[in-house]
Amino acid sequence: MTAGPATRGQGRAALAYLAPALLVLVALLGYPVYQLVVISLFDYGQEQVSGGAPLTFLGLANYGTLLGSAKFWSVLGHTVGFAAVCVVGSLVLGAALAVLATRVRPWARGCLFLAALGAWATPAVAGSTIWLFLFDANFGLVNSLLGLDGFSWTYGKWTAFGLVAAEVVWCSFPFVMITLFAGIRAIPPEVLEAAALDGASGWRTATSVVLPLLRPLLIVVTIQSIIWDFKVFTQVYVMTGGGGIAGRNLVLNVYAYQEAFAASEYGLGSAIGVVMTLILLAVTGFYLRALRRSGEVL
Amino acid sequence: MRKWLACLAALVVTAGCAPVQSGPQQSGSDETTGQLRVWLFDEVNRTAKEKVIQEAVAEFQGKHAGVTVDVQYIQVSSRAERFKAAFSDPASAPDVAEFGNTDLAGYVAAGGFADLTADVAGWAEGKDLLPAVLDTAKVGGKVHGVPWYVGVRALYYRTDVFAELGLQPPSTLDEIAPLARRVRAAKPELIGISVGGKYVYGALPFVWANGGDVATREGDKYTSAIDSPQAKAGIAQYTELLRDDICPPAQCAGNGGDASVENFRGGKAAMTIGGDFNRKSVDASAAAGKYGVVPLPGKQPGSVAPAFSGGNLLGVLSGTKRRTLATQFTQLLAGKQYQRKMYDAMGNLPTFADVQRAVADADPFLKPFTTTLEAGTRFVPVTPSWAKIDAQAVLPTMLQEISGGGKDVDAATKTAAAAMNAAFSS
Repeated sequence: MTAGPATRGQGRAALAYLAPALLVLVALLGYPVYQLVVISLFDYGQEQVSGGAPLTFLGLANYGTLLGSAKFWSVLGHTVGFAAVCVVGSLVLGAALAVLATRVRPWARGCLFLAALGAWATPAVAGSTIWLFLFDANFGLVNSLLGLDGFSWTYGKWTAFGLVAAEVVWCSFPFVMITLFAGIRAIPPEVLEAAALDGASGWRTATSVVLPLLRPLLIVVTIQSIIWDFKVFTQVYVMTGGGGIAGRNLVLNVYAYQEAFAASEYGLGSAIGVVMTLILLAVTGFYLRALRRSGEVL
Repeated sequence: MRKWLACLAALVVTAGCAPVQSGPQQSGSDETTGQLRVWLFDEVNRTAKEKVIQEAVAEFQGKHAGVTVDVQYIQVSSRAERFKAAFSDPASAPDVAEFGNTDLAGYVAAGGFADLTADVAGWAEGKDLLPAVLDTAKVGGKVHGVPWYVGVRALYYRTDVFAELGLQPPSTLDEIAPLARRVRAAKPELIGISVGGKYVYGALPFVWANGGDVATREGDKYTSAIDSPQAKAGIAQYTELLRDDICPPAQCAGNGGDASVENFRGGKAAMTIGGDFNRKSVDASAAAGKYGVVPLPGKQPGSVAPAFSGGNLLGVLSGTKRRTLATQFTQLLAGKQYQRKMYDAMGNLPTFADVQRAVADADPFLKPFTTTLEAGTRFVPVTPSWAKIDAQAVLPTMLQEISGGGKDVDAATKTAAAAMNAAFSS
């Protein structure tokens, strides 16, 4: 180490400034994660929590059980596919409507924002229940408009997943739309004017000027969406009645709840939580690295 | 920097390397005054229940000066979370609680409910409790609750539809499917018999009537028997009802007991399997005055398929600080006088032999249910693992896999047996 006393002092000062934030992070994030990992190493059920049975250290046995179960892998596959559809859906819809919002008259934009904010502000349980009413097999508005009386949307595996995905997109696109709208509005008009003067076509302006400028925002909304949609619980739980017919609409979070928390297997449930955290960290890490390689820093 | 890391590491180590456990629950004191907290289940027609409870509370408070009784109504659907929280934190737990008899083994293993064997034995009214019903309150031979009411299911059918088509109620289990198919063929807007893929207590009588069982017991250990040939025959017979020509899976596969009865209430089904506790709601529905009830028939004409003996208990929590008061309140509310009042208000079937006989003699509607009770009822395995099997929806998943998920009876029962055995051995 060749750092002189001056730099060391600087480092200390920086650390002192960071300390309050660090303390909050450790208390609110670090400690729960630490407990999660510890619990995942034990046989920790209701008997153990209330002191009726001794604790048994299992090591990695909970993880072994989990990774050895065929159901886990099929649920994981469903979760990844489901989250991917929701992320792409809300990004595409959000971006398209953000562009639309910049092009229309203020009153139309006002209506659009009001509708989007309404969807965003609706609590997940209420939103899911209203969607269920709309798509009810016998009394739903959608079925009576489409003339599909008696058709059950929540019975078939793919129609059920599709319906839930549509609801998730509906309540998560407003965030994307509003963020990107702000981003587009923040692009200096001079830049666009210069591109126009240089003779760039509309497409060229969009791909070479607007998108690169929006990139940091796009990264944020993509990562946010991935994390949200991977962790979807309420919509699936409410709309498919806890995972669909024979559990064919289970996603990881609902599976963890049913297998582990409802059944008081907190150790196994924590193991699922740890695995989910690792997957999300990996996805986010890969994404950030790919971006950095292409020359962008968040 | 290194120093900081060391500090952090020290902090982590001192935080302990094992998850938290709350201490063993002991009732240190036995106070005779103060507030007695009671948890009861919320009901669709709660006002009727509340009225009886208020009467009991007033009577109890009148007899015990300085005692107040605080009654909270909790949701059946979130009971698992509520009771878990109560067991983990005795300070926020009630002193007396109502709970379902299938949850008993899990709650007792969690150390939640006090042993009431001596209290029931020394209670004048206790000797009149029906022995088979009292058995559902026992874990390992010890009584952990007082049976408050029993619930059994029987076959509801629409008398107008049967008369119009010239049909008789089924006299054997094997007749149900052809009969239901005939009704639906003649009246396509009706479900032949409304059952559901989540209706485990509707399906189990089929298993038991065919000579099968959920699990077999050897010493302390249970082994799943759901994949035995007899059980499979019963499952096949039940899931045969979940077909398009009787109860279409798209409508029925997701239904539990309430939703199955709801179809009947809505006038959309010709038959259903419903409990004595469903009567009040059916009487306030489209099917009112147009229905009859017979015991669910067994394999032989004249026999009755063994019903699941459901019911709720009142118990005293082991963490209570007012053990004597809690027991006295339990004995008052679960006693003959208030069971009779609960029957008048809610239709809950009493658990005392004499009270049950008295109400059955006065009300012919109860006949099919008391016949079912007398024919012998069955129960699910009394082990904490049952709560786990229930929470993991092992049996509903099995029924749904057969009725809508494209698995055959052999494959689905095999998976279910494996899941049950995993729970039994954990």
